[in-house]
Amino acid sequence: MSDVKKFLYVNRKAPYGTIYAQEALEVVLIGAAFDQDVAMAFLDDGVFQLTKGQDTKEAGLKNFSPTFRALGDYEVTKLYVEQESLDERGLTLDDLQDIQYEDEDDDYEEKPSIIVVSRAAMADVMADQDVVLSF
Amino acid sequence: MKFGIVVSEGPYTHQASDSAYNFVKAALATGHEVSRVFFYHDGVNVGTRLSIPPQDDRQIQEQWTALAKEHELDLVICIAAAQRRGLLDQNEADRQGKDANNIAEGFRISGLGQLIEMGIQADRTITFGD
Repeated sequence: MSDVKKFLYVNRKAPYGTIYAQEALEVVLIGAAFDQDVAMAFLDDGVFQLTKGQDTKEAGLKNFSPTFRALGDYEVTKLYVEQESLDERGLTLDDLQDIQYEDEDDDYEEKPSIIVVSRAAMADVMADQDVVLSF
Repeated sequence: MKFGIVVSEGPYTHQASDSAYNFVKAALATGHEVSRVFFYHDGVNVGTRLSIPPQDDRQIQEQWTALAKEHELDLVICIAAAQRRGLLDQNEADRQGKDANNIAEGFRISGLGQLIEMGIQADRTITFGD
């Protein structure tokens, strides 16, 4: 495919309680096969999707949080996380999983995928996209 | 302009599919093109032909089926979301060993790749959700 578009998957919902987060991830993984310029955004309760130490056993739900660490293998390497959403929920970057990707343009050095941005900067990220899919 | 439409909530519980329907109708009436309507999450439930809404209410599935027929719309139900929620065409019913299908005329079941392809091909992709 000649024309590459910028896709942004916007995640606003908590990982469990509704299926949006899980089905959003399914779109991202399938979409990776299309070689587009892909990024994900996490805001509002969506920031909880990236927290570490998730344990869903008691709830009887599938814990899909390890999938986020595999996103680098799908060339999904830009995970924008909104600072204000973290702040409002008493979270810091330390509460999130350490998600890395191997930069093939830099001798496969491991680099962090999570990019914490302000609400104003998140608006710029969104404005810069061709296709925004919101979950 | 060429629009791609995502419907991500189910019928009646949410207004999303009504808003999408009204938008598509208006877009077509004013000379725009709608390349595809992609039903995801509970939106797949719009495509069952077994719903029986009260007679004095709008018939959401029938509205879409009629609009698709009139304008040769491509109404795609996501297969992964559909399997979870019991939406089947005859092919899927046979393949999965189920005893019935329930997909309505004018809809087809296909993969998530159709959503990404729609995003690539359309000038604007619009999501109707919660």
